[in-house]
Amino acid sequence: MSITHPGFPDPVQDSQACFRAVLDAMARPGQVHTVTALDPPPMLDAATAAVLLTLADADTPIWLDQAAMAARDWITFHCGAPIAAATAATLALALEPVRLDAFPAGTDDAPELSATIILQVAALGRGAAFELSGPGLAAPAILEVDGLPAGFVAEWAANHALFPRGVDVILCAGDRIAALPRTVQIRQAWFGKA
Amino acid sequence: MSGYNFAYLDEQTKRMIRRAILKAVAIPGHQIPFGSREMPLPYGWGTGGIQVTASILGPPDVLKVIDQGADDTTNAVSIRRFFARTAGVATTTRTVDATIIQTRHRIPETPLHEGQILVYQVPLPEPMARLEPSRAETTRMHGLQEYGLMHVKLYEDIARYGRVANSYDFPVMVNGRYLMSPSPIPAFDNPKLHMSPALQLFGAGREKRIYAVPPYTAVRSLDFDDHPFRAGRAPGICALCGADDSYLDEVVTDDQGTRMFVCSDTDYCNERAAAAAIQGNAA
Repeated sequence: MSITHPGFPDPVQDSQACFRAVLDAMARPGQVHTVTALDPPPMLDAATAAVLLTLADADTPIWLDQAAMAARDWITFHCGAPIAAATAATLALALEPVRLDAFPAGTDDAPELSATIILQVAALGRGAAFELSGPGLAAPAILEVDGLPAGFVAEWAANHALFPRGVDVILCAGDRIAALPRTVQIRQAWFGKA
Repeated sequence: MSGYNFAYLDEQTKRMIRRAILKAVAIPGHQIPFGSREMPLPYGWGTGGIQVTASILGPPDVLKVIDQGADDTTNAVSIRRFFARTAGVATTTRTVDATIIQTRHRIPETPLHEGQILVYQVPLPEPMARLEPSRAETTRMHGLQEYGLMHVKLYEDIARYGRVANSYDFPVMVNGRYLMSPSPIPAFDNPKLHMSPALQLFGAGREKRIYAVPPYTAVRSLDFDDHPFRAGRAPGICALCGADDSYLDEVVTDDQGTRMFVCSDTDYCNERAAAAAIQGNAA
């Protein structure tokens, strides 16, 4: 095992800045935020790596998809998060399309015991457009995402219908992030040019 | 300050609190348990609020701390100085300049704007705690959205006193799903919770719970069709700035029983008084 890529240059301030970006993204779904520059390990975008360094630690069992396994050593070294099965994960890292219902959605009494899925997509701010509405939004907002899995809107509707249960998603692309809390409703607005 | 991490808490604790805050925002009004730490001040002095503030605070932030509306009371001054020393952040007493406002029992009179975060200090996060002492029972009631107990309490108030007897900590429904304690803010402040442009975070240190109301979220004070919610305030105007729309404190000024009403929000009062002075000079 060799760790060739560093974590945050300044762990305290960089994780704080990244957390505020994630918090604002979660509180105002559809808003795209830029996170701290960082030299990410292979396969991961800077935003994905920053979100992991900000949220993951020994208390967060994490599920990795096949592609993300390439960053396994980096995650183990910098975050210390144990690798877990999808059904036992607090965090999930997906570089390729995943099914939302594969992860814990919490219980009616403790809906917070649900997974947060960190989903790396091709781009934010261009691609297929989705209309978001719900808490956090004074008026419906448009979020453009390139690379969401086919059938995501239908899967999300099923996830939203579980409320207060359900998973939350953090979208990462390049150095940008956006978030989809379970409260948000998503409607396909128009399709991007592939 | 040397010897401490930035903003006092260690990074592991901050991550744990940050994860709780994110889930709280995703489930508006639901109380998330968290591993509350011992802080260098006693329970009841804002340990929950301080832990939330410490976990979100960064160098670019400007912090304001109020205690029942006032910037100059012991609790507000100590907490403001605590973060000035442990995090080196800028502090202010002006509502419009602050990015984070930690508050005990008031929402500022000046309307909040997007980009601001309001952090409440919460003594009792469970709105039904005085009706049902068992935490296991109230958790089940939240899970089932079974809030009959609270409606019966309000009904009994109306039957006995002709009105709901809560003048503070008036229970609210968040996003049409969760019954929530707004912390002991006066019922007068409840309407400001509704569709606020600012993010609202609630921290209860002793009870180890964090909850949140995202911006632009529906927050309805519980009421009945024939007894609609009414926000009350003392009948009077502020003796210092003349405001007739702000929440007032009644102050006894001598031992003859002389009293005056003044704004509870000191920043609002000072700003109004200063504006009036400028207008007076110009005239």
